[in-house]
Amino acid sequence: MAITVPRPNLNWRERLYLPAIVAGLAITFKHFKNMIFGRTKVTMEYPEQKWDANLPEHYRGAPALVRDADGRVRCVACQLCEFICPPRAIKMVPGELPRTDRFAKVEKFPEEFDIDMVRCIFCGLCEEVCPEQAIFLRKDYAITGFTREDMVHRKDKLLEIGGVMHGVVLKWNEKK
Amino acid sequence: MDTFFVTTSLLKILGILFLVILPMVSYAVYAERRVSAFMQDRLGPNRVGPAGLFQPVADVAKLLLKESFSPANVNTFYYWLAPCLALIPALITIAVVPFGSTLFGVPMVIADVNVGILYVFAVASLGVYGIVLAGWASNSKYPFLGGVRSSSQMISYELSLGLAVIPVFLVVGNLRLTSVVRYQIEHGWFIAPFIGDWTNIGKWLLTIPMFISFVVFMIAVFAETNRLPFDLPEAEQELAGGYHTEYAGMKFALFFLGEYAAMISGSALVVTLFFGGWHFPGIPDGAHGWVFGLINIALFFAKVAIVIFIFMWVRWTLPRFRFDQLMRLGWLFFFEIALVNIFVVAGIMAFLPT
Amino acid sequence: MPDEPVPLFTVQIDGVWHQFPKGTRVIEACAQAGIFVPRYCYHKKLSSPGNCRMCLVEMGMPRLGPDRKPELGADGKPMINWMPRPQISCAQEVSEGMGVRTNSPLVKECQRGVMEFLLINHPLDCPICDQAGECELQEFSVEYGAADSRFLENKVKKPKAVQLGPRVTLDDERCILCSRCIRFCQEIVHDDVLGFVDRGSHTVLTAHPGKRLENNYSLNTVDICPVGALTSTDFRFKMRVWFLKETKSICTSCATGCNTIIGTREDVVYRQTPRENDHVNSCWMCDHGRLNLDYITSERRLLEPRVLLGDKLDSSDWNAAIERAALQLRHFPGWETAMIASARLTNEELWLTAQLARALGVDLIDIVPRSGPGDDILLSEDRNPNTNGARLLGITSEPGARLGEIAQAVKSGRVKALLALHENPIETGITAEELSNLPAFIVIDILENAVTEKATAVLPGFAFVEKRGSMINGKGRLQRLNRAIRGPGNARDDWEILRDLLQALGGSNGLYSIDDVFRQMSDAVPEFSGLTLSKIGDLGVQVLRARGALSPLAEAKETAVPPS
Repeated sequence: MAITVPRPNLNWRERLYLPAIVAGLAITFKHFKNMIFGRTKVTMEYPEQKWDANLPEHYRGAPALVRDADGRVRCVACQLCEFICPPRAIKMVPGELPRTDRFAKVEKFPEEFDIDMVRCIFCGLCEEVCPEQAIFLRKDYAITGFTREDMVHRKDKLLEIGGVMHGVVLKWNEKK
Repeated sequence: MDTFFVTTSLLKILGILFLVILPMVSYAVYAERRVSAFMQDRLGPNRVGPAGLFQPVADVAKLLLKESFSPANVNTFYYWLAPCLALIPALITIAVVPFGSTLFGVPMVIADVNVGILYVFAVASLGVYGIVLAGWASNSKYPFLGGVRSSSQMISYELSLGLAVIPVFLVVGNLRLTSVVRYQIEHGWFIAPFIGDWTNIGKWLLTIPMFISFVVFMIAVFAETNRLPFDLPEAEQELAGGYHTEYAGMKFALFFLGEYAAMISGSALVVTLFFGGWHFPGIPDGAHGWVFGLINIALFFAKVAIVIFIFMWVRWTLPRFRFDQLMRLGWLFFFEIALVNIFVVAGIMAFLPT
Repeated sequence: MPDEPVPLFTVQIDGVWHQFPKGTRVIEACAQAGIFVPRYCYHKKLSSPGNCRMCLVEMGMPRLGPDRKPELGADGKPMINWMPRPQISCAQEVSEGMGVRTNSPLVKECQRGVMEFLLINHPLDCPICDQAGECELQEFSVEYGAADSRFLENKVKKPKAVQLGPRVTLDDERCILCSRCIRFCQEIVHDDVLGFVDRGSHTVLTAHPGKRLENNYSLNTVDICPVGALTSTDFRFKMRVWFLKETKSICTSCATGCNTIIGTREDVVYRQTPRENDHVNSCWMCDHGRLNLDYITSERRLLEPRVLLGDKLDSSDWNAAIERAALQLRHFPGWETAMIASARLTNEELWLTAQLARALGVDLIDIVPRSGPGDDILLSEDRNPNTNGARLLGITSEPGARLGEIAQAVKSGRVKALLALHENPIETGITAEELSNLPAFIVIDILENAVTEKATAVLPGFAFVEKRGSMINGKGRLQRLNRAIRGPGNARDDWEILRDLLQALGGSNGLYSIDDVFRQMSDAVPEFSGLTLSKIGDLGVQVLRARGALSPLAEAKETAVPPS
């Protein structure tokens, strides 16, 4: 059904447009002038000024792998994050822990774990889906590189960003 | 043709092109970004060099080093020709504009031809070919729409552009642009012809049609240079950049430079026709010493800079027209007003002594 | 099969009366009525021990009046005396007037209780368990279990990662003692290796002393294990099952042609599992065929067509390679040319091969027979998957009968051009030196070997997981291969190579897809008349009279034998 949008009835002064144009020009000029004379409060100048200290607690920055207090890489390569990742940024190659390993009970670990930060959209689904509390979104947001290769975070880089996470569930200890 | 004339002409061409116009074009881009930023309470480019002054250099370096990429299925010859055609007419318009009085006795105009303004219109209207060719050769729908829009818009506004300046030449009685400047020095600027001749009723009456002429001419120049509110051929939001959508690197830069060069030559024309060219009351011409010659040149470009600022100011204030509004405005309003204006001026000339 | 009709019993399931033939197990009757009863130990191809207790339902028998006749209710149906305690539906057969309730409060309570017991000692290691995603414990826990565990004590520790055999790894903590694997070994393979030892919650599954689970069907225990206790050592930790794209295909490692599902992800084959087809392989397949996948990703795969230019075998593009190969073939008359085809090719490829032979006027053509020890379960002595296809399409009358003749003709120099399709001529008795002396030796194959180096043109083809087509198994059943992954590098589908060779020799032939080839073939071959590749379906079509007895596992009666 066609809808007729009612047009406003303009008087002759409005129809001339010129007063409105002049008023618009006045507004932009006022801003220009205020800026020239430094009366406008400008935006934050990013690289010099940063807001890092005020980031909210659950800020979603770069995803990273964490170790627990025992120093164990918490990821067991279940590949749920790889599955859930909407832009398919995560790739991993699972491996089997040797029987002699300190944490042999866990059996499985990620041999390779790559997050392509060109693809990552910082949605946090990997953190949400992780059954092992192994991947967390950290507060790093300035992720740069000169090549696409640079932008792929390998396992060691992810562990470096992630560091140690305290207060997580320790379900793989021998008693359990 | 003596050596002196050839040498001075070459010097003028090279000087005006490489020392004035091209730097001005690149800095106009910088100015545009800064002015727009200021009007929007931002900072604009302020990283490269002091206050971002080297930004144009960085831009040019970037654009030159980018891959010169041609999309598949374009008409390569016209695709390459179009950016050149966009820039060159805008640059050679400057040739007939007097940008100063004299310097060491040499008139500061590259070619003081007697068809002055006709040359300007003839060359300036070639600029549309660059855009139309770009739109067609790109073999893509957005550039094509941009090209079509551009050609109809240019044709529509060329009429008003031409008709709007006829009153000026009616008064001057000569098509030479140096004569226009000379006349304004003697009889006052066309934007305010009564100055210095306060009691002359004819001059006072002439002010009204001259102001109308100025406004129509100014608006037509906006349309001719594809500046907002008439930038329909580009229209980033609707046409993704219009005719230059498929261009990148230095070819894109040529379009960009062409647009700004057209803006500069348009401003130079406005200054020449309505604001007394290089003249300013109380400042003598170059015959009184080379210092004054240089001051005249500086004056001219200062005036041009002010007009360019007005261009930018308008751009960052007004929204874009709809295409039917644009055509209606051109054909049903400016065209008539410019036409009537000619008769009014002619009437004033005939019945009232100026 | 007895000719007398099987009596039908009327059974009430969840308030609705159905009829089932005598001998139907209650769990199957429920399935036929569209009601799924959860089960762990029951498998329809195995006996019912009834030890998981997951399939508990309420049952009742008709209430008998004083006259020993069932009392009828208001609806004219028998009234049912419900038993006070639930019964297992897997071990019980239907009887006249029986009543079954599958969703009563009692049944639900029982299911929740059984689930809780099963999960008491089950480790919470789904993140590292290969079964996760296709685990019945996970599924039924969601459907029928409780969300929380009330178990606060320590779980029982049992052996983990036990190598039961060369191909099967056991995690005893995950085992729910359903005994499917034990019964499979006893009843299907007749190789009694597995059993339970110890008592109570310390019961563990283990191989009998001195025995290992190393029979050729061991990986089927992994398939039927409802949890992650038995896992394939080959597939262990390789890929999570939810990533796998499943393509229905058939195994090409012997003439049985077991129906399979090929699990792939991003053009990598991760596993092959059997697909139920009662005409062919029931629910099983042998480990030999299942694991015969390594060569697909071999480093020796031929990736580029190569032709002899000067005295060097050089990479080429396909157009040039086909052109050169056709030129080499055309250079010699038919009686100077021989072809060694393969019964590993699909019917479509063999059909085009026969056409090529006809176009060149070649008479010397045969396939290479391939045999190995068979068993009376699934593995056939004929290790070629499509010998019957080669016979039917006229490539050979007796596989291998003319190979000696071909070798002799090559040796004597009568044959100057040899075309080898997916076969190594060395195996037929031709020496490498004789091959390098051949003026034209064209190889269509997938793996590089000493022979491909001697060729004058090498045209890389596809492996069986990379192509679509049909084969006829040893019992005369036409079955379909489906493409699971794309071929590697610049290799091409074999039928396209043959089609292009034919075109280069004799102009356009109007074949644009594999379906076109089958259509052309079905017009000419009476056994295929009326069929298309799509019509073959997932379970295949019987096109030849079965030679010899059907496989003991093929339970269904063959019906579709076309008139000969």
